[in-house]
Amino acid sequence: MKVTLEHLTKIFPGRGRKSREQVVAVSDLTFEIPDGKLIGLLGPSGCGKSTALNLLCGLLKPTDGRIFFGEQDVTSLSPEKREVGMVFQNYALYPHLTVLQNILFPLQNLKGDKKLTKSEMQKKALDAAKLVQIENLLDRKPGELSGGQQQRVAIARALVKTPRILLMDEPLSNLDARLRLQTREEIRRIQKETKITTVFVTHDQEEAMSISDSIVVMKDGVVQQIGRPQEVYDDPCNLFVARFLGNPPVNLFRGSVRNEKLYIGEEPVMDMKGAEDQDVSVGIRPEGFILKEQGVLTCSLSGVEVMGRDVSVVASHACCLEQTIRAIVGSDTKIDLSNPVIRFDLKPEKVLVFNAQTEARLRVKDAASV
Amino acid sequence: MEHKNIKAWLYLLPALLFLGVFMVYPLIDVFIYSFEESYNFASQTYTGTGSYNYSYVLRDPYFLQALKNTFLLVVITVPVSTGLALLISVGLSSIKPLRQLYQTVFFLPYVTNTLAVGLVFMILFKRTPYTDGFVNLMLSWFGAGPIDFIDGSYAAKMFVMCLYTIWIVMPFKILILTSALASVNQTYYNAARVDGTPAIRVFFRITLPMISPTLVYLVITGFIGAFKAYSDEVALFGTDLNAAGMNTIVGYVYDMLYGNSGGYPSYASAAAILLFAIVLTITCINLLVSRKHVHYIS
Repeated sequence: MKVTLEHLTKIFPGRGRKSREQVVAVSDLTFEIPDGKLIGLLGPSGCGKSTALNLLCGLLKPTDGRIFFGEQDVTSLSPEKREVGMVFQNYALYPHLTVLQNILFPLQNLKGDKKLTKSEMQKKALDAAKLVQIENLLDRKPGELSGGQQQRVAIARALVKTPRILLMDEPLSNLDARLRLQTREEIRRIQKETKITTVFVTHDQEEAMSISDSIVVMKDGVVQQIGRPQEVYDDPCNLFVARFLGNPPVNLFRGSVRNEKLYIGEEPVMDMKGAEDQDVSVGIRPEGFILKEQGVLTCSLSGVEVMGRDVSVVASHACCLEQTIRAIVGSDTKIDLSNPVIRFDLKPEKVLVFNAQTEARLRVKDAASV
Repeated sequence: MEHKNIKAWLYLLPALLFLGVFMVYPLIDVFIYSFEESYNFASQTYTGTGSYNYSYVLRDPYFLQALKNTFLLVVITVPVSTGLALLISVGLSSIKPLRQLYQTVFFLPYVTNTLAVGLVFMILFKRTPYTDGFVNLMLSWFGAGPIDFIDGSYAAKMFVMCLYTIWIVMPFKILILTSALASVNQTYYNAARVDGTPAIRVFFRITLPMISPTLVYLVITGFIGAFKAYSDEVALFGTDLNAAGMNTIVGYVYDMLYGNSGGYPSYASAAAILLFAIVLTITCINLLVSRKHVHYIS
């Protein structure tokens, strides 16, 4: 089922004695989710991603704009009529019902021509349980399950009535790091098997990048960028997106463009053909550094962290906006720790230049290292 | 380990002493009195021991009347007051405007003195040479009555007594239930909404199980409270409850000790022990029944 959002806006009225200002939680959200894809809504907390999800499932009514499931306008439909499945952040499994009863619950609500017989319900519930691999836990109560198992039950309950759209609110946030890796593969597998259009919300960029077909980066209720994870990472449209994606994060420098050259401090590091003179913020991805004795960027070396697969060089620079610069180089690189100065060449495609005031990306053709 | 135990007992000592002196000792004492025939407080003497006190009390028409009254009161007021309180609290939690006001109004009887409420009920129900009472006035608009609620038929008196009790006990139940309802996590309701659960089903399959521990607490304390009814009856029918035919078990115990016919501590003790046995049995049954249906959520 294709999902289309058109100018979706949600404004919460101001509450409380002191601040009566209204809150724009989601502003003019317009994008299309192709059928059968897994979409990650990504942003820091308070960016409106959960509000967007609640608008999709119908728990909140939009102030403005429309939502289409396929060709059907569902904007004014109540949640039960939208036929969505929802996995809540804390799972919301009914604690007094067994796993099986929990999965059966949505089926028992069906009315009219959709009403199922007992054995049909049982079969559907078992199929859903099999899909998420919890057939052996059906008689347990949610309180007797681990976090990961509860998560699976919640997914089974959301999937059992074959929803048109599956929505997940921070599906991995309550799991520990190891389980999170496992479960995100699991979500990917289930989504691929069922081919149900799925939207999930997360603040964890790694989570979103690793399993989504496409990510939507949001900030303060406004969509910043939409695209395939790698595209968004390689080609962020503004400083916020560049900083939000990537781990370790992008290294930021104060810089300037003068005479079509990019300067960090007083060192020219890159050609900027066609760019006007201006102050800029320069983001360099950790993998964008090349160790070179005659390199263009001179930093003072603080240390080296060996992480097995690769080595991360920790350095500092007067123009860096953070305390330290982190550069990732191959583990076979030899680094002379006795030398306090380290020099890098830069990979032009990993150097992202933004206007210092507007934070918008400055794009240049034929960027090349000097 | 040993040392720690001594310390723990030391901390518990004040409470234990208090409970021992004012709860356990009197209970044992009453139990002993109940088997001593014609015990006299002044001379501290009794004529013999045996179960005569019990057989007397159980054959005493006043006790049987009190037993009947108490049972009727319990059977009627506990379910009705709990059910009504549940309805009102569900209603309260589903409205936003004026909720505080209603909550205050519903809670007023709790902070009002029993005897003051009794006075109000008098004005509502009592017939005097000058007026038939407010309720009879209203009944007369519909061409019914007048009914003497205070000195009239048993059913009329029982009706007033139950109404009074329900009115008195409901505020506390409403207070407890509204807070129990408020503590049910909203996401359960959201999940139910997304799944298109009808309101009735949400109430019986989600809300009720979630607040079942609170309900059980209210039912058990409600039973115990209703079995111990006495002061409400005095407020309505005066101190001579036997004459009004509206006595309760506790009233009977009191009358046996201090009332007009007073001075029979042995009979009073036997009646008190009987009450204790009844309450204990009912509470045990309550706990056994509820164990199957209550969901304690860790």
